[in-house]
Amino acid sequence: MTAKELEIKAYEARLLILEGVHCAKAGHPGGSLSCVDALTTLYFDEMKVDTANPRDPDRDRFVMSKGHCAPALYAVLAVKGFFPKEDIRLLRSIKGHMSGHPDMVNVPGVDMSTGSLGQGISAAVGMALAAKHNGKTYRTYAIMGDGEIEEGQCWEAFMAAAKWKLDNLCAFIDVNGLQIDGATADVMPSAPLDDKLRSFGWNVIVVPGHDYDAIRHALATARITKGAPTMILLETTKGKGVSYMENSVGWHGKAPNDEQYEIAVKELTAHLKELGVE
Amino acid sequence: MGEKKATRAAYGEALAELGAKYPNVVVLDADLAQATMTKHFAAAFPDRFFDCGIAEANMTGIAAGMSTCGLIPFTNTFAMFAAGRAYEQVRNSIAYPHLNVKVVGSHGGPSVGEDGATHQCNEDIALMRTLPGMTVVVPCDANEMRQAVEAMINYNGPCYLRMCRYAMETVTDEIPGYKFELGKGVTLRDGMDVTLIATGIMVQMALQAADMLAAEGISARVIDMHTVKPLDEELVLKAARETGAIVTSEEASVIGGLGAAVCELLSEKCPVPVLRHGVNDEFGRSGTAAAVLEYYGLTPAGIAEKARKALSLKK
Repeated sequence: MTAKELEIKAYEARLLILEGVHCAKAGHPGGSLSCVDALTTLYFDEMKVDTANPRDPDRDRFVMSKGHCAPALYAVLAVKGFFPKEDIRLLRSIKGHMSGHPDMVNVPGVDMSTGSLGQGISAAVGMALAAKHNGKTYRTYAIMGDGEIEEGQCWEAFMAAAKWKLDNLCAFIDVNGLQIDGATADVMPSAPLDDKLRSFGWNVIVVPGHDYDAIRHALATARITKGAPTMILLETTKGKGVSYMENSVGWHGKAPNDEQYEIAVKELTAHLKELGVE
Repeated sequence: MGEKKATRAAYGEALAELGAKYPNVVVLDADLAQATMTKHFAAAFPDRFFDCGIAEANMTGIAAGMSTCGLIPFTNTFAMFAAGRAYEQVRNSIAYPHLNVKVVGSHGGPSVGEDGATHQCNEDIALMRTLPGMTVVVPCDANEMRQAVEAMINYNGPCYLRMCRYAMETVTDEIPGYKFELGKGVTLRDGMDVTLIATGIMVQMALQAADMLAAEGISARVIDMHTVKPLDEELVLKAARETGAIVTSEEASVIGGLGAAVCELLSEKCPVPVLRHGVNDEFGRSGTAAAVLEYYGLTPAGIAEKARKALSLKK
């Protein structure tokens, strides 16, 4: 896919993220909007998955380690065709199966149930380790948050991935710089993430997180890197694509009201129009 | 009766033996392979043994991920860390998606002995029992442990296996036709006055308590409830109806474990006096295993005393 085609998919997904969170009157738009470009690139340009056979044992795996960004995962899975786009309207609803955090049992295409921060990356390590053990060539991907990595379990997982030289594992950290209580730099400084991860034995690539070609290039580099897992640090804007949500800590876990939703749809639709989508 | 062997020792041998029969079984440990006895499996199948270091949370998550790829992971560490430290990882990464991971907690209960309260996990049975869909197994001897491990491999779902450090004699090998079945308790001795429902090493002590009671003319039934969850409700209800008084016994807290499970069932379906024998609402302490068990009354005499009291409450 071209960068432009990926961008169209990502903006379709953005519309679904907003629709889901607005319908639910709850959810996490900020971090969903910051990671959705990488997620779209994964599902439309990188990963081998089959919407008709979501549990194909040879498929590539994805773990949304920052599980509160389920709206982004569900949206991209819907755009990809794992389930009807209308299902996103059931996000967080008692009437449906689209629970507030990723649910591998009930949502087609979800490879791991997540939501409790720090746990998804361990499961991803387990999937990559199982691939090596079973002699399989599938790859495992994960997206983490830059707040999430404050959980100590992440660093346990980082050590383990390096120990077993999991070059079939590629994780992202969505470095949007914000978490619930404020800037990550204030809540719990984690910089320099690149140096820390390199010292943990990872191949680290820093990319502009909304640049599809840059993400794609990093993924290609990860694929040919041998003997070490790859971490792609995505420099992103929280709330990317909706003007009033961008870089605003308040939009971490809040749904837009009707008026705000209308503005968001207008902005995203206008962008799609610029891309040639009517 | 058979030789004295700690269930952890029997587990280590069983795992190494069954490894040949079940190639999908993989074993994870958190730097305790010498104590959890996974060293035997590690020696036999080095490619299927993964030492995760002193990082139980991560080990639990890795096992979850591996299980989604068709492997049957056994995670191993002390009960304190398996069920305690990594409780939330077991809950959210294994139990919630109902993954096929076997969480093994060794050194459960006060019979850990010298290490003291920080390592004597009395709460693991209760913690694991509260998780929806979790099977909780506490074998009493080497024979039962071996069969339990194989039954868990053949069951597709999350299990917690509790074992202990203290060596007890094998008793289940004397039961004609004994076959371990998940969720099915075993009546080791019949009796009509009171029923002693025990799990883990308290099973052997319950048998000794029944001998003591028999000398006093009290006929005590003894049930080996190796599976605490799902509870063998039929067997418990039958015992309640036929003997009218129950004593539960576990090398664990009286809060939330086997005793609680039996009380929950009987209070709703067949109220009879139930006395819970185990560790009361307190932490453990250091000492030799025998001394610690004695200190907390986890002895045949302790069970017999509860039985007499239960009888006195019987209408």
